[in-house]
Amino acid sequence: MPEYKAPLRDMSFVLNEVLDAERHYQNLPGCEEATPDMVAAIMEEGAKFSERVLSPLNQVGDQQGCTWNDGVVTTPDGFKEAYQQFVEGGWPSLAHETEWGGQGLPESLGIVLNEMVGTANWSWSMYPGLSHGAMNTLDAHGTDEQKETYLTKLISGEWTGTMCLTEPHCGTDLGMLRTKAEPQADGSYKISGTKIFISAGEHDMADNIIHIVLARLPDAPAGTKGISLFIVPKHLPDALNESNGVSCGSLEHKMGIHGNSTCVMNFDGATGYLIGTANKGLNCMFTFMNTARLGTALQGLAHAEWGFQNSLAYAKDRLQMRALNGPAYPDKAADPIIVHPEVRKMLLTQKAFAEAGRAMIYYCAQLVDKVKLCEGDEKKDADALLAFLTPIAKAFLTEVGFESANHGLQIFGGHGYIAEWGMEQNVRDSRISMLYEGTTQIQALDLLGRKVLMTQGEALKGFTKIMHKFCQTEADNSEMQAFTQPLAALNKEWGELTMNVGMKAMQNRDEVGAASVDYLMYSGYIVLGYFWARMAKVAQEKLALGEGDTAFYQAKLTTATFYFQRILPRTRSLVETMQSGADNLMSMDQEHFSF
Amino acid sequence: MKILVAVKRVIDYNAKVRVKADNSDVDLNNTKMAINPFCEIAVEEAIRLKEAGSADEVIVVSVGPKACQEQIRTALALGADRGIQIETDDIPESLNVAKLLAQVVKNEEPGLVLLGKQAIDSDNNQTGQMLSALLGMPQATFASELTLKDGKVQVAREIDGGSQTLSLSLPAVITADLRLNEPRYASLPNIMKAKRKPLTVTTPETLGVELKTHSTLIKVTPPVERSAGILVNSVDELVEKLKNQANVI
Ligand SMILES: Cc1cc2nc3c(=O)[nH]c(=O)nc-3n(C[C@H](O)[C@H](O)[C@H](O)COP(=O)(O)OP(=O)(O)OC[C@H]3O[C@@H](n4cnc5c(N)ncnc54)[C@H](O)[C@@H]3O)c2cc1C
Repeated sequence: MPEYKAPLRDMSFVLNEVLDAERHYQNLPGCEEATPDMVAAIMEEGAKFSERVLSPLNQVGDQQGCTWNDGVVTTPDGFKEAYQQFVEGGWPSLAHETEWGGQGLPESLGIVLNEMVGTANWSWSMYPGLSHGAMNTLDAHGTDEQKETYLTKLISGEWTGTMCLTEPHCGTDLGMLRTKAEPQADGSYKISGTKIFISAGEHDMADNIIHIVLARLPDAPAGTKGISLFIVPKHLPDALNESNGVSCGSLEHKMGIHGNSTCVMNFDGATGYLIGTANKGLNCMFTFMNTARLGTALQGLAHAEWGFQNSLAYAKDRLQMRALNGPAYPDKAADPIIVHPEVRKMLLTQKAFAEAGRAMIYYCAQLVDKVKLCEGDEKKDADALLAFLTPIAKAFLTEVGFESANHGLQIFGGHGYIAEWGMEQNVRDSRISMLYEGTTQIQALDLLGRKVLMTQGEALKGFTKIMHKFCQTEADNSEMQAFTQPLAALNKEWGELTMNVGMKAMQNRDEVGAASVDYLMYSGYIVLGYFWARMAKVAQEKLALGEGDTAFYQAKLTTATFYFQRILPRTRSLVETMQSGADNLMSMDQEHFSF
Repeated sequence: MKILVAVKRVIDYNAKVRVKADNSDVDLNNTKMAINPFCEIAVEEAIRLKEAGSADEVIVVSVGPKACQEQIRTALALGADRGIQIETDDIPESLNVAKLLAQVVKNEEPGLVLLGKQAIDSDNNQTGQMLSALLGMPQATFASELTLKDGKVQVAREIDGGSQTLSLSLPAVITADLRLNEPRYASLPNIMKAKRKPLTVTTPETLGVELKTHSTLIKVTPPVERSAGILVNSVDELVEKLKNQANVI
């Protein structure tokens, strides 16, 4: 049976030793509650719940999937009960305002909880995950009355939420969406249209479902500037036993995340209420886009961590062939496969991505806290940095999360392909993360086009300055040279490459598109390199102090070295492909593709 | 009625136990610690009694260094009302713990004292028994069911042949076995509330108890690793080896 154990030691290493969460929270208004002992207690309980309640349901969810019967959706055995326990535990309320029943803890602590919940069982975690999206929308743009009616019920977990953007003819290009909203005399709207791929759109886990729907008013301008946001409940609060004209037409049969319902949602003159300003729906959504995308970046980490844990156990256990230098365990029938260099490479790759991915996500989550709670320059700087790092976190971490899940499967050999071990499920479940919340390609365009080039490189500089400062500070530390020297060189190259693409783009906008994914991946490798260097520094300091836990810190240094020697060089080929220009892609006549 | 529950900080049952290189003790450096599982069951039972209206206050006591406040907080997060830490350098021997607890019981006058049947680190299974002797209170060990009725407590005990039911007058000392209940998960609001619940620290001196050492730990060795098996060619060879090599028959 596959298993999940929350990596509490590593989580606390990142949180406390690398990112100094104690100071971070002390300096944030309203985060006085998040003291180290409180954070530790929350992690402990979250770990227990994830390991004991959610993890055993992960395979059940995959095997049973959700079922649809005349509009009624049934979730896999145990999902509903687990959700009930989650609600009784008060977990949905963690990062929400006390005014509406929340616990008022910082978002970054919510991310820590979500990591455990999501790694144990991603499909299940999407139900509260989507609610979180709906809560953030209401929190940021709802009126007090809307908050009183809907937000409180979402925070308590009695009701869940969804985000209804996608329609059959538009996913990426939301400007084309057609769902209509007709104003009514009483100030409400009648919503009509079809949404597809709606996660958690219908299920049996809660009494009511609050849909946040993007739709168009009758007089709305065409395109993205004519989209408004609406609250459309499954049941209206004053008629909880009646249908509000919202129904689930069918469920999609899909590659992975079977435990989560992916619904076709039909709105047939359903009553809805406008949130925020008319025609500004997409702007409203953008205010917490970064948080939502970070939530998907987390999925990359989740599948890397899960694959790593299970394939590590297998690699120590599975006896096959002998070590190349002669038997390592002569008394056994064969050596455990962890003796083989190529197996170690796959293990270390997963480990390197999971641990630095964790550092990057927790770091970004602290930026989210600052954007939410700070004022002035501190808020502005955090916002700019977060805007720059978000597409990298979302696309890069999900791409390498998928790669890691694949390595995990490969370590199991043929058994990895067999359902029983859960490794193929991990690969299938991870695949969606590169698609929803904006595909890798869209994140890449966002990074290079909007974030970097449109700010004339300012957004990039915001981060390269931080890296530069780090390398400078460590300039005299001989033990850090193996990390800071390559980083400093890459830092410089990053700027130059950006300039090159920018110059070419002035002649031809396709140059941006042609370089984009390579540029994003290149950036991702460097950012994780930076976090590995920071972790290595902490490990060296702790080893020098000699206060114990030597093996843990040694492993950090070994993994950092592996990353710098085996993973970071991937940037070399990306530099070449990124600079090869748009022509090798665009010169092919569309008709010639088929020859 | 007050209920007093004693909890011990022990190595987490999930953690891998390592022995120090010099065999002097178990290595607890950076090892995950937790409430002793049997103590957690005792806490759960006390909270259930309070929820059922049979008790008004649940007090948690732990003996040990400051770190054991973590376990007291955990019990408070589960629903206990206040905590008492009796500060000592290490966790002392059972008899010392029993004497310290006896003093707290005299001060607090609870109607019921609940403990785990044993701690999973030292496996002594004696503190509860010693405590009841020191206090002259009735005891029921290995409880798998507990009911309060007409000023008495009825306890079903796990015994070798099955179950034995006792009725004790109050106040009484009861130690919890595995099947007494399944402890709940702490809820987030309760974790946060636990921080504000009172936790007082006292010392053996204040309680007027002198700690004594009756035994010394000489060494700790890990279990011997299983060595590889050998293949024998015949039953005769097997019997021969079992007789002369393994000396088991
Ligand atoms: C399981 C699942 C759950 C989902 N959950 C939700 C949900 O809860 N709510 C919701 O609203 N939606 C949800 N979605 C929808 C999801 O967000 C979209 O599928 C996604 O945004 C992509 O849109 P699309 O499928 O229409 O692909 P398209 O937009 O048609 O894209 C097709 C391909 O073209 C590429 N492409 C498009 N434009 C460009 C460009 N300008 N440059 C380069 N490449 C480009 C894309 O990267 C992609 O590879 C879900 C989808 C799935 C499969």
